[in-house]
Amino acid sequence: MSTNTTAAAGREWRSRFPTVNYLNADYGIKSWLLTKDHKRIAILYLISVTFFFAIGGAYAAAIRLELLTPMGDLMQSATYNKVFTHHGIMMVFFFLIPAIPGVLGNFLIPLMIGAKDMAFPKINLLSWYVFMAGGLLTFSALLFGGVDTGWTFYVPYSTNFSNTYVTLAGLGIFINGFSSILTGLNFIVTTHTMRAPGMTWFRLPLFVWSQYATALIMILGTPVIAITVLLLALERLAHVGIFDPALGGDPVLFQHMFWFYSHPAVYIMILPSMAVISELVATHTRKPVFGYSFVAFSSLAIAVFGFLVWGHHLFVSSQSVYAGMIFSLISFVVAIPSAVKVFNWTATMYKGSISYDTPMLYVFAFIGLFMIGGMTGMFLAALGFDIHVHDTYFVVAHFHYVMVGGTVMGYMGGLHNWWPKMTGRMYPEGWARFAALIIFVGFNLTFFPQFLLGYMGMPRRYHAYPAGEPMWQVLHVMSTGGATVLGIGLLIPAVYFIWSMRYGRFAPANPWPGTGLEWRTASPPPTENFLVTPVVTWEAYEYRPIEEMQVIGPGAPDQTVGGQHPANRGVETEER
Amino acid sequence: MQSIPIPNVSLPVPFSPEQASTFAPHVDALYVYLVTLTAFLTLAVSAAIVFFAVKYRRRQPDELPRPIAGSMVLELTWTIIPLMVAMTIFIWGASIYFKAYRAPQQAMEVYVVAKQWMWKFQHQTGQREINELHIPVGARVKLTMTTEDVIHSFYVPAFRIKQDVVPGRYLQTWFEATKTGKFYLFCAEYCGTNHSGMGGYIYVMEPAAYQQWLAGGSGAESAASQGQKLFQQRGCASCHQVEAGGQQGRGPTLYGIFGRQQQIEGDGAVTVDESYIRESILNPQAKTAAGFQNIMPTFQGQLSEEQILQLVAYVRSLAPAGQQPGAAAAGTQTTSGPTTGGVPPSQQRSNPLAPTGERQGSPAPQAPPAGNTGTTGNANRRP
Amino acid sequence: MATHAEAVEHGHGPEAAHEALAHHFDNLEQQREAGALGMWVFIAQEVMFFGGLFLAYLIYRMKYPIAFQAASNHLNWRIGTFNTAVLITSSLTMALAVWATQVGKSRKVQVGFMAATLLLGFVFLGVKAYEYREKYVDGLIPIAGWFNPKPEILAHLPHGITVGQYQMFFWLYFAMTGLHALHMIIGACILLPIMWMAWRGRFSPEYHGPVENFGLYWHFVDIIWIFLFPLLYLLGAHFSAGH
Repeated sequence: MSTNTTAAAGREWRSRFPTVNYLNADYGIKSWLLTKDHKRIAILYLISVTFFFAIGGAYAAAIRLELLTPMGDLMQSATYNKVFTHHGIMMVFFFLIPAIPGVLGNFLIPLMIGAKDMAFPKINLLSWYVFMAGGLLTFSALLFGGVDTGWTFYVPYSTNFSNTYVTLAGLGIFINGFSSILTGLNFIVTTHTMRAPGMTWFRLPLFVWSQYATALIMILGTPVIAITVLLLALERLAHVGIFDPALGGDPVLFQHMFWFYSHPAVYIMILPSMAVISELVATHTRKPVFGYSFVAFSSLAIAVFGFLVWGHHLFVSSQSVYAGMIFSLISFVVAIPSAVKVFNWTATMYKGSISYDTPMLYVFAFIGLFMIGGMTGMFLAALGFDIHVHDTYFVVAHFHYVMVGGTVMGYMGGLHNWWPKMTGRMYPEGWARFAALIIFVGFNLTFFPQFLLGYMGMPRRYHAYPAGEPMWQVLHVMSTGGATVLGIGLLIPAVYFIWSMRYGRFAPANPWPGTGLEWRTASPPPTENFLVTPVVTWEAYEYRPIEEMQVIGPGAPDQTVGGQHPANRGVETEER
Repeated sequence: MQSIPIPNVSLPVPFSPEQASTFAPHVDALYVYLVTLTAFLTLAVSAAIVFFAVKYRRRQPDELPRPIAGSMVLELTWTIIPLMVAMTIFIWGASIYFKAYRAPQQAMEVYVVAKQWMWKFQHQTGQREINELHIPVGARVKLTMTTEDVIHSFYVPAFRIKQDVVPGRYLQTWFEATKTGKFYLFCAEYCGTNHSGMGGYIYVMEPAAYQQWLAGGSGAESAASQGQKLFQQRGCASCHQVEAGGQQGRGPTLYGIFGRQQQIEGDGAVTVDESYIRESILNPQAKTAAGFQNIMPTFQGQLSEEQILQLVAYVRSLAPAGQQPGAAAAGTQTTSGPTTGGVPPSQQRSNPLAPTGERQGSPAPQAPPAGNTGTTGNANRRP
Repeated sequence: MATHAEAVEHGHGPEAAHEALAHHFDNLEQQREAGALGMWVFIAQEVMFFGGLFLAYLIYRMKYPIAFQAASNHLNWRIGTFNTAVLITSSLTMALAVWATQVGKSRKVQVGFMAATLLLGFVFLGVKAYEYREKYVDGLIPIAGWFNPKPEILAHLPHGITVGQYQMFFWLYFAMTGLHALHMIIGACILLPIMWMAWRGRFSPEYHGPVENFGLYWHFVDIIWIFLFPLLYLLGAHFSAGH
């Protein structure tokens, strides 16, 4: 491309924005792939997790179609096993775990604490490349022929019996683990060392507290899954015997090591979503979060106790009765901080100024669904009850209520809330509210019947089910119908978000308004986030009239809505 | 755990499988409690949200509500009360679990060997079954289970029991059926290609009908006597004495050893049970009996799981007549209840989950599970 | 950081002139703090990584004590002790290298200590390679099909011990020491550019974060070995009767 056309393209790209900001400060594919700006890395994550989510969603559709009838008539059982495995691997490792930390965490943490960037920008970019390498490697394993072990990779099936691409997929997950570790490392160090003057720990937005707790789990849990997957690959390739009873190994050891990470990983998925909800509930009720310190410390309590409950996945796996009791007891304890959060969010609404903007609708959805997801978690922690529903659709329904009803609702709410900040454009409010409603209805229709199926005894990972139980089919048909609605509901935001990037109305710096530092800079923010280093003299969530919550620093008066930004025309010269 | 009364409901709970074991009413009672609790809490929180959302909806765009920082009393209330409620669930759940995993001393023993993708049963009297298990109503049945390949899980929804079956060890579960009929048996732990086809039925019969069924077995040899043959063939007898009062051989005398405390080399003692016998055959040095040299060779890889179970049955049988654990005649207790079947009679397949409907109407009790012939990829252990 | 009284002018203060200060930090102190904390967090992560293997070791050692004791006898504790001494010395030279940069010794002294560290690291790896070769000759490579211990080893197998249990020990031995050696190799690869920077005179009492953080890493790798050596070479093996 000649210099002239590049310059022209650059001019065209820049003219789409009213101000000089991180999106138009530089242009061209190289400026994105080599960026060290945490905001651009967040956008890279946004694109990649959306891609993986779409793949995982396509597999989910295939599962739901197969289960329309009791006979395994759509695909062979071998194919079906691969489909649910791929769905699990894609969603867990490449969407749920990285989504909120990768997109919203990366974008918001430096902004919220008043830093210019993450502590280690290069490591931040590296984490995205590692994520992509792991993701594409795993994806290629799925394309070459797939994996049929379930996302849990239980031995000895995965080591000695499966003839599929277990090692390649495992390698992808192993590599992806390092992405998670690098992200967590960056979050911890950034929160400790990069806070703006006056930004004390107890003035931090609760988002940062939750992300910090998440980062602790990422640092201390992920290495264990990395070594576990490594052992799995070694066992598979070299038959060294660590998990093979024929050579003196113990297959249940794998389950312990796997869940030592994978249970805390559940909190890697839900804590960031709770982080988002805390912000949203404050912003859209214009009140400080009720019981700030309880909400903050409940995140840490979840992170700590979350490491002590892995054994509740092994209640029927030959664990001793007493071990089962201890794990059950701690599992009930870990439920309490989550309950405390729910009650505090609800109390925050009391005497607030509650808006019905889309992010708040997702908060309503989150609280209701997470309530059910969390309470059914207590069902499963009850030992005698778990014997019956373990590995049935009851479990499937429970974790979808937490993961989709919790994580995805939080993610969607957060995306809507900060979309104006990320892109400088508003999303269409009417469509967004409509989509939120559709997603809520579709979600419940999909997963509520699965609770009933599970209690009736339908085991999970079944390709076919008894035709002699007409009620089972009725519930499966309902579930598939709901999944269709849910799928459509999720497509609507995909369309209007893309549409809004070009046609949405320009966003003001503080559209809701919110109190966080991220709202005290332009939308979208400049490359180094703030024109001057902000000095924090106010407490977290201290609401003031909008005039007092404007952009910090000279030369950047708030933008007016409607595409006209006369005040910002002169900023063009500040280009770095 | 008999001292703690565990609540139970015998009314049919909507959307639940039939109650066909002594556990089922307990699990259902806990279920009802949990559902009530969840419904109450979810509705309470939702009602509060809806009420606040309507009452405190934003009326002017520049509204600024008065900040409320929090309340220690409220925080403590909603920390402590949920914790106490959670503890009630914990205790309730744990007491059912305790009961489910404490196998009774006197029970009818059945050996189970799982493999991809079938369940193989052997009664003490020698009868073998595949994917079907006939048991008498009202009898306590104890299953000693292992697997030849991957992890499986023995799941009977109507009995509300489930136990993973792990290679390399014996795991036990027990139940007491309270209703005659035909109930689903599923494999609940994902085990490979035909996982969803690894099922069958439990037939719960009236004791008389069960005795008739037993008699119908074509001269089956008892598990213990099969074990005795193996014991001779494999030369076990050259070291282990099996008669009462005989001279001690190079290994411990096995007469009356089952169920006893055995001192082991080093420190401590173990109860001689199925698992210890299995371990001593496969990994003899792990817990050597005190006073004996560590000279027994390992039989790892030389005996099939079924053969080991037969040897275990034989060692169990080496006891004074009438004192053999679990010798209680099966089906001595009966309950007179309604005898509704768990599965509609039209459902006559031996395998409820055969991938296609083709096998309908061809009951083949001993047939292997309907395999999906197109997908034999996982049938064999990888080299 | 939180002690700043008034708004700090965006951009870099007087000390910003330092070439090593990255654009997003306010001053070198903040940058050093971030680097050190980052390394500690990384080490915490490493502890969990090795922790999985240590857990496996402990479980199987408890399960097969006799096999593990016997198998441990095939490790040469004299060579192991020598290697331990080599590694501890390398930690000392690394500590001296950190000290040399902190107090601003000449670049020759800095590079000299680092070179000594690197050399000792290579000695350790060389000895390790020799030990691996010994195991190879004895047929103790724990891969299915390759694990064919020499007849005299098999002849001395304690009764009731399966070859699988023996293999389990060697498998853990290779996994743990191999992962440790991999960390040494990675360390050497990182040390080389740091030496180059030292040679170019990049480090000073104001700026020496990379040396300090590398020192932390090197000491950590050393400590891992301090745990591996007794667990694999010494525990209950050579000092029991008959050896």
